[in-house]
Amino acid sequence: MPDSSVTASEPLPRSSVGLVTPQIAHFDTPLPLACGKVLPAYDLVYETYGTLNAERSNAVLICHALSGHHHAAGYHSADEAKPGWWDAHIGPGKSIDTDHFFVVSLNNLGGCHGSTGPTSPNPETGRQWGPDFPMVTVSDWVKSQARLADHLGIERFAAAVGGSLGGMQVLQWTMAYPERVANAVVIAATPRLSAQNIAFNEVARQAIRSDTEFHDGWYGEQHTVPKRGLKLARMVGHITYLSEDAMGHKFGRDLRSEDLNFGYDVEFQVESYLRYQGDAFSTTFDANTYLLMTKALDYFDPAAIHGGDLARALAPAQCPFLVVSFTTDWRFPPSRSRELVDALISAGKPVSYANIDSPHGHDAFLLPEPRYCAVFSAYMNRVARDLGLPEIS
Amino acid sequence: MRADLELIYDWVPEGAHVLDLACGDGVLLDTLSRRKQVTGYGLEIDPDGLTACVSRGVSVIEHNLDDGLGSFADNTYDLVIMTQALQALRRPDRMLDEMMRVAREGIITFPNFAYWRHRVYLGIRGYMPVSKSLPHAWYDTPNIHLSTFNDFEHLCREKGLMIVDRAVGVGDHRGHWSSRLWPNLFGEIAIFRVRRRP
Repeated sequence: MPDSSVTASEPLPRSSVGLVTPQIAHFDTPLPLACGKVLPAYDLVYETYGTLNAERSNAVLICHALSGHHHAAGYHSADEAKPGWWDAHIGPGKSIDTDHFFVVSLNNLGGCHGSTGPTSPNPETGRQWGPDFPMVTVSDWVKSQARLADHLGIERFAAAVGGSLGGMQVLQWTMAYPERVANAVVIAATPRLSAQNIAFNEVARQAIRSDTEFHDGWYGEQHTVPKRGLKLARMVGHITYLSEDAMGHKFGRDLRSEDLNFGYDVEFQVESYLRYQGDAFSTTFDANTYLLMTKALDYFDPAAIHGGDLARALAPAQCPFLVVSFTTDWRFPPSRSRELVDALISAGKPVSYANIDSPHGHDAFLLPEPRYCAVFSAYMNRVARDLGLPEIS
Repeated sequence: MRADLELIYDWVPEGAHVLDLACGDGVLLDTLSRRKQVTGYGLEIDPDGLTACVSRGVSVIEHNLDDGLGSFADNTYDLVIMTQALQALRRPDRMLDEMMRVAREGIITFPNFAYWRHRVYLGIRGYMPVSKSLPHAWYDTPNIHLSTFNDFEHLCREKGLMIVDRAVGVGDHRGHWSSRLWPNLFGEIAIFRVRRRP
């Protein structure tokens, strides 16, 4: 994820939502999952920014990507080095303007940042769930998000918004709960993974599963962490999130020292960068969660039950869509977004599509590229205007 | 609205399903949807135009018209509109085929190269015309296929299309009697309404 230039040790800018505290919602109603299992009870961790209006009409749901979580904007403490993962787009005066909107962002089920997941205790056994945590899918997540909305008293979201895997959840919302989303913003996403995407995910999973510290997923009980596997998984992922140009621009073939040492230690800057990113990730992310979330990505294919006809799958959707892609994104290239747009057109749904010229690859969706911000803000402003939301000054 | 758009507005039936190619800032589609309950999509490639459309709530798709209209199925629109883009396309003739594939009726506007001021510019001064309707210098113009009122009529005849209506725009006005009598000479903007034969 890109670095932010703002740190909390400096005074918080006016465009920040400021200090935020995560909250926990507990659910006792069992959740039947697509895999056939039932989650008897669970917690969801979430954050909110802005103020819910009296009509409860100004809520915006943020769906997170593979390694994201509930902390989308602002800071948890004054010493937090970086703000939430989507701080570039959420805050006063930003694309999702918290002077207008009440933003809800959560950590999905199966996550490792507070929501019930593989690191939580299994009430039936008293052990950690570990690899026994049931496989969760995009549709399960959306179902649990709908329950969170009920819990918050939100009948209908002014918009559901997400990038990458988050965009898939937004799509699922429009098909599963069409009456509960007034607008859908799908960024750098795809209606289903390509074989190449699945292949990358499989390499990542094999890296984790073949780590000797993995212990078939029971590493928690063995007091080990499959760090090497996670690190490799993240390195592979990271390569696919950047564009060739972005990597070339950032590192080129720069060496760390002047001479080649003809060995396998770090010699090129790009090697050093990938190892650093991998190391950092392997200490903060849970391996079983990574396996689950990549599987959720692989499984998502709403057209499948309609004989591959995506337009038919999208028939229930009732809201306008904004679809955004980035020219150098090769993880989910513009052609995949265009597939979705074409299906929406053929289903006769209102849709706007922008293909943003950016050198940053898939990661571009996290960055404040001016044209991207212009389109995103224009859309969200229109959402606010249509809802007749008064400006909060 | 621009003079040619005003005229087009009158030609669009109530409640029509419309595809607007090169829809610019979306003002035509926006007006049509608010006043005539028209539905449909705009296609645009210019970033500012696209953002303006999104801002208005017009459904707009970023799309290069030179790539054809493959995303749109046969006969799915009542009307297809293309204002001031024909001359910038790689193959205007093929686009006309594509337009008549997705809709039975089309409205097309383009700068008339045979407009008398253009003729004077080229004929007397010997330079490529620069005018309000053709504002670019020859070396940086997006207009690569300039044509005349007569040229377009000829193309339509060749393709077996019916010309239902024709009009001209002159400056900000809808056209003087002279432009109705001699459109090829006095029409600055050519406006055609064409239909595929049943």
